[in-house]
This record gives sequence, C-alpha cells and structure tokens, in this order.
Amino acid sequence: MELPLFKHNRPDRPVTFAQYRQEGGFKALEKAISGMSPTEVQQAVIDSGLRGRGGAGFPTGRKWSFVPRDLPGPRWLICNCDEMEPGTYKDRVLLEHNPYSLIEGMTLACYALGVRHAFIFIRKGYEKAAANLGRGIAEAKEAGLLGERIAGSDVSIDIDLHLSAGRYICGEETALINALEGKRPNPRSKPPFPAVKGLWDGPTVVNNVETLANIPAIVAHGPGWFKSLALNPEGAGSKLFCVSGAVTNRACFELPIGTTLGAIIDGPCGGMREGKKFKACIPGGASTQFLTAEHLNVPMDFDTVAKVGSRLGSGGVIVFEEGRCLVAATLNLIDFFARESCGWCTPCREGLPFVKEILARIEAGGGEERDLGILREHVKYLSYSFCALAPGAMAPLEGLLTHFEDEVREHISKRRCPFKGQ
Amino acid sequence: MMPEALRTSLQARVAAAVTPREAAVDVMKELQAHYGWLTDEAVGEAARLLGLSELQVEELATFYEMIYRRPVGKKVIHVCDSISCWCACCEEIMRHLKERLGVEPGGTSADGMFTLLPCCCMGMCGDSPAMSVNGTPYGKLTPELVDEILARERALAS
Ligand SMILES: Cc1cc2nc3c(=O)[nH]c(=O)nc-3n(C[C@H](O)[C@H](O)[C@H](O)COP(=O)(O)O)c2cc1C
Ligand code: SF4
Ligand code: FES
Repeated sequence: MELPLFKHNRPDRPVTFAQYRQEGGFKALEKAISGMSPTEVQQAVIDSGLRGRGGAGFPTGRKWSFVPRDLPGPRWLICNCDEMEPGTYKDRVLLEHNPYSLIEGMTLACYALGVRHAFIFIRKGYEKAAANLGRGIAEAKEAGLLGERIAGSDVSIDIDLHLSAGRYICGEETALINALEGKRPNPRSKPPFPAVKGLWDGPTVVNNVETLANIPAIVAHGPGWFKSLALNPEGAGSKLFCVSGAVTNRACFELPIGTTLGAIIDGPCGGMREGKKFKACIPGGASTQFLTAEHLNVPMDFDTVAKVGSRLGSGGVIVFEEGRCLVAATLNLIDFFARESCGWCTPCREGLPFVKEILARIEAGGGEERDLGILREHVKYLSYSFCALAPGAMAPLEGLLTHFEDEVREHISKRRCPFKGQ
Repeated sequence: MMPEALRTSLQARVAAAVTPREAAVDVMKELQAHYGWLTDEAVGEAARLLGLSELQVEELATFYEMIYRRPVGKKVIHVCDSISCWCACCEEIMRHLKERLGVEPGGTSADGMFTLLPCCCMGMCGDSPAMSVNGTPYGKLTPELVDEILARERALAS
C-alpha cells in the first residue's frame, strides 16, 4: 500500500505546491472545512490510533481531547521541530522534501482544536526546512488555504515560524513553551499540563512534525485505512525510521509500523556495512535502551518495543557492529546528556557528570566492582529528576547494564577496554 | 552602534510578535550576525529593543549553543560529537581540525579566521561525521574533504 508521508517526494528537489495539489494535496483540508465538524476531525484522529512520533508515543487524538473548549482566551498549537535527539533526523528529511503535509496537517489540527494561531518551533541548523516551510505557508495563503477565511469558509488560521538557537532541552514541551515565550528554556512543572495551561497560559497542544504530517491522510482516507497500514494489529500507520551507524545505506525510510528491526536493517538499509556483524542498536534516538541480536525479529511498534524493555522513541535507529565498545558508546551518550542538562534540578545537573566520570574511568581501565552498584543506583534515582531528560539519559545505561553487564565487567577485570589494541 | 536599517527591521520584528519577548532569539541572532558575536553592547541593545533587563537577555544568551558571548573568528566551525558521528569517527575529524588550525576546541586560529567548537547532533546523522561552518552543513567528512572545505571557506571570506 502507498504510504502517506514520503509519497510526494521527488528524488532531488522538494515537491512543488502545484505537484502536491495535483496529487491530492489539501483535499483533506477542503473536505474537512466543507463537510466535517471539528469534533468529527478529532474523532477521526482518535479512531486512527495515531500515536505521537516525537518520542513518547502518546495517542494524539486523546491529547487533543484534554483541551478545554470553554475557557476564555486563545488556544494554541505548536509543532515541535526541535529534533536534537542524537540519531534523529527524520523531521528534517521530511520537511526538506515536502513542507505541505505538515502545513495541511497543522491547519486541520487547528480546525479540530479551534486554534487561530499556530507556531512551528524549528531548531538551529534546519534553515533549509524553515525556508521550505516559509515558502509553503506563503503559497498556501496565496491559494486561500491558510490565513483569513480558508477556502471561502469563516475559518481563519495562521501559522508562524519560530527559529531557535540550539539546545536539546527546547524539545521538551514545557521548556519549548518557555523558549517560544522568550524565557530561559527550563522545563515547567506538570501539572498543569500544557493542554490546560501552556503557551501564554492558554490551552496548548504540542505535537511532533511527523505526527501532524499524518493528519491529512487520516482525514482523506479515513481512520480504518490508516490503521491498516501497520503490519500488526497493535500498530497504526507508517513510521519514519532514520538509520545511522554500521549499515550500508544510512538514510531515512518510511515503513509500515510493525516492520521488524531485522527487516529494516536487511531491507532498505542494505544490511550491515562491509561484512560487519550486528551487535546492538539503539532503536529510537539517544534516550532509548539498547536492543540486541536477540531482538532482530521484534516488530517495531510502540507497545512491542516497550514490552522488550526499550522504546520506539523517535525512530532514530543507531546500529553498532560486533567489536564496537558499548561502554564507550554509552559514555558518549551520557556526555551528550550531561552537557545538555539545563541545570535546573540537582539529580540531573550533578548526577549526569558523576555517571560520566564513572563510565570514563571504567573505559580507561580504572573501574571497580562497586561501580556497577553505583551506576545501578543512578539509573534508579535519576528518575526523580524534574523532567524526562535525565531518565532518558539513563535508558542506554540501563540497557548496557542489562544486556552487556559482562562487557562492563570485562573492562573492570582486565583493567582496560577489551576492544582497544593492546 | 547598530545601523539604523538594522534597528528598524528589529523594531518591526518585535512589533510583529505576540509579546515582545517572543522575538528575543531572533533579535539576538540578528545582532550576532552584525557584530560577529553577541557583544556587551549588543546585549544592551537587545534589552532595550525587547523591553527586558540586560540580565534577562544574558540568561537567554548564555543558554543557547549558537549564541556566542565571547569573540569568535570570522567563521565558526561546529563539529558534531554525538553518537552517530562518534560511530563514524568524528574524533579523527576533530583531531585533524585541531592540527590544521593549530587550536584546541574553543580556540580561534591565529589569523582570526576560524573558531573551533564541538556541538550536539546536527540532524545529519545519516551523513555522519558532520560539521557546520557558519551555519553551512557538511557531511560524510574525511580529512581530505575537511581541507577542501577550509580552503573554500577561506576563499569565500576574502
Ligand atoms: C529532553 C527532551 C527532548 C525532546 N525533544 C523533542 C523533539 O526534539 N521533538 C519532539 O517532537 N519531541 C521531543 N520531545 C518530546 C516532547 O516533550 C513532546 O512529548 C512531543 O513533542 C509531543 O509530540 P507528539 O505527541 O506528537 O509526539 C522531547 C522530550 C524531552 C524530555
Ligand atoms: S532533569 Fe535535567 S534537563 Fe530536566 S529540568 Fe532537571 S536539570 Fe533540567
Ligand atoms: S550525531 Fe552527528 S549529526 Fe546526529
């Protein structure tokens, strides 16, 4: 079956507005505005089983349903295009090929939620995606599909771009709201959740780029069609998998949800690079647990990946080959999180550098038996941090201790990294 | 002093925002593009434009990876050292740049042309190892390609 997100892509340049229109683009918006109530659009999203593609996998329609409709003052929609999770580049690839699915999806979401004014929060470094979006928004306005009185109706919706200046925590939805308001982007405490009290204290929905880009297809073809794209009954729709590391083709692929890990690697990725052997991978961006060769036949959908102890996350698959030191890899990951800690709460600000120091010592051959216990304690206690950054940082460490404890022990007993030349 | 045209365009940006602060990052980035880095003078100008105290601008400026509160060279090189680039030997690229430019990360080459800094994932993981030079992304780096890029960026600057 034809998958919705990449179907308009051209090999070497972005799809044009005319081409997107010709291929059925903005038909879903016209259909909704002329013949569906906002509630019906929301119901279609609920029935489709669409789950957030930003990492947590929260059901999108359910999130929308938390927004109170009776509060005075404006409501807001924010598209999260911060995408700074190491190993993740799917939103960039999507937007560099086609900004229109997102624009149409956001307009539909605004219609469903009763939002007049939406923002796309874009990370530094994604200037090309931002330029495509800026152009796409202007074209949609020109065609009467965005702005005042859309498609001749009395519905008016605007989308603005907000360009950031680089910081991973800005992707966390409450930090993002602070960033957008021009405040220092530390996270806010929840509750109240953004759906009730978010941007400028108004009800706010934050959704990922890929999540919102799926909405037009759901409205156009119906929730049943969307559900049936997945290969297993637990899943719904397609997923963008962006692969890096030791595979032959490192690229971003749209595949049915429920495709197995092994099928992704042996299929579109063309197998492992240069005859290397698969050792492990991180399936969903830096803050997810390692999967091993045992997991190659695990279908990649939210529930099944969670069942085997990891997360589908952002779909950023990072593949490690046999002979690659996973203590060193985990050290690199923790180093990232320690640097990106926003410094707001003590467990994360102080805990991550401490964990990093221990891992660095183990990797350098100075590890001790008791370090394992200290690391395990941190996995447990860093879950008491203020936001999800620190628990996310602990995920690869927990995976290391679960699946590769022997490898850590070998570092300690041999007093050196067993993968480095002697 | 900031040129009148820049002031006018920044005032327009601030006026178009839902609240003035929403434009804070744009204002800082524009001022940085003008001065090369976010100078003390620029912090003061941003504060006045946004109706904030200098301290409030400072707490924003020091938060973001791509706002420089210290002098930098004509061009800033950011080398990604996150996991996918690490798998693709970004350490070798950093070593090569340190050698070519004669600086440690954080330093600026003697001719004032390049400042060398590490950075977090650039979203170029499929084309790792990656770096950017004044915002232009480069992927699939090798030491030879890095030399070519340095030469090209140098030529473009003069
Ligand atoms: C530290 C941190 C970074 C995050 N970065 C992103 C990001 O770059 N993009 C994103 O869509 N979600 C990110 N998230 C998740 C968001 O907080 C939020 O759950 C998501 O944008 C919701 O969209 P969805 O429901 O469509 O997935 C991040 C979360 C945390 C804790
Ligand atoms: S967990 Fe880390 S990133 Fe989150 S609020 Fe605490 S210090 Fe900031
Ligand atoms: S890890 Fe270097 S670009 Fe993503």
